[in-house]
Amino acid sequence: MQDCSLSANDIACRRGDRVLFHGVNLSLQAGDALHITAANGIGKSSLMRILAGLLLPVAGTVSREGAIGLLDERPALDLHASLADALSFWGSVDQSSDAHEQALLLGVEELLDVPFRYLSTGQRKRAAFVRLLNQDASIWLLDEPLNGLDRDARDRITSLIKLHRSAGGICVIASHLAIDLPDIAPLDLEEHAQ
Amino acid sequence: MMWHLLKRDLGMLLPGGSRGGGRGGTMLPLLFFLAVAMLYPFAVGPDAPMLARTGGGVIWVAALLAAILPLDRLIAPDLELGVFDQLALRGISEEAIVAVRTLAHWLSFAPLLLLATLPAAAMLALDNETIKLVLLGLLAGTPGLAAIGVIIAALTAGLRGGAALSGLLLIPLAVPILIFGAGSLARGEITGIALCGAISLLLVAIAPFAGGAAIRAARET
Repeated sequence: MQDCSLSANDIACRRGDRVLFHGVNLSLQAGDALHITAANGIGKSSLMRILAGLLLPVAGTVSREGAIGLLDERPALDLHASLADALSFWGSVDQSSDAHEQALLLGVEELLDVPFRYLSTGQRKRAAFVRLLNQDASIWLLDEPLNGLDRDARDRITSLIKLHRSAGGICVIASHLAIDLPDIAPLDLEEHAQ
Repeated sequence: MMWHLLKRDLGMLLPGGSRGGGRGGTMLPLLFFLAVAMLYPFAVGPDAPMLARTGGGVIWVAALLAAILPLDRLIAPDLELGVFDQLALRGISEEAIVAVRTLAHWLSFAPLLLLATLPAAAMLALDNETIKLVLLGLLAGTPGLAAIGVIIAALTAGLRGGAALSGLLLIPLAVPILIFGAGSLARGEITGIALCGAISLLLVAIAPFAGGAAIRAARET
């Protein structure tokens, strides 16, 4: 995996006329992980979107080196296509073809023929994770990655995150659930809230 | 890359496409178009000269209204699913996405509409000269209709009740295309169609930028 880094300098975020948070600094190098916690509505998802470059902060700068992979509550997989077809679109965009192997890692290989709209919340999350793995991005931004997942899937995803870090990837996790990962830096967004 | 986008868009929009979700929905514009052409003679009576005189205009209005039907499937589902965000992360610009989608939208309704014009023309007792002008006019005008459709779909995608609004918005914007396209029928000459084509080209050129900006703006809400 190529060298990657992600840093944010004094960023603030505003939704409407309300400032959600300000003065957030972070600096992550290859192999680092960050766990962002906050109550609902403080702006975890907005921070993730700012880090991804999808939303502009009202103040501060973000610099990123390396491809960004974002996993949020929207799977970006076609509802009416089979899971295999939905994944194959992203496979062709990302020029990667081992979706089946990745599906095995997440335990969804038996669902590949099933239309995506029939999948349960947890199965959709697993499928979205297959898309993320296939992308082969070095910076993972995971917004509530463990929501709606059973213990088996949580264990699989936790070990995939460990694997990603040991391969030199960065992982930012926004979650109100505790995550069982060694030396993960905490960031309490509520300290930066208005 | 553009090819993969186009393949997926066509799968979503073409009748019977693998990502369309039910074949009925995607055939609807075509059936609607034919239904209008069929209902008109019933409504005004079997006066063949009158049908032949007004039928070309009816086909134009039917085509314009049929173009409204697929608008809510053009942009909003992908916005909700986060597809545009994922494409943006991969460095694919919204302009390119909208350009490809305009092409896919045109391919999904215009060729079929042109084919359906032949049975519709038979029902309206059009003569060969009028059929030629209608077909040429639709060929020149439908790219513009597709472009307006995609722009409006992108603008209203994030709104509640956007589907109903988009239909209302399309009609005034499509009036210039209708005036020059259908207007050529009354005079029986081709200059109106040339102007119609010029408006179409302009709209097709604007669509990627207007639609792309609308998708980016929808992220902020």
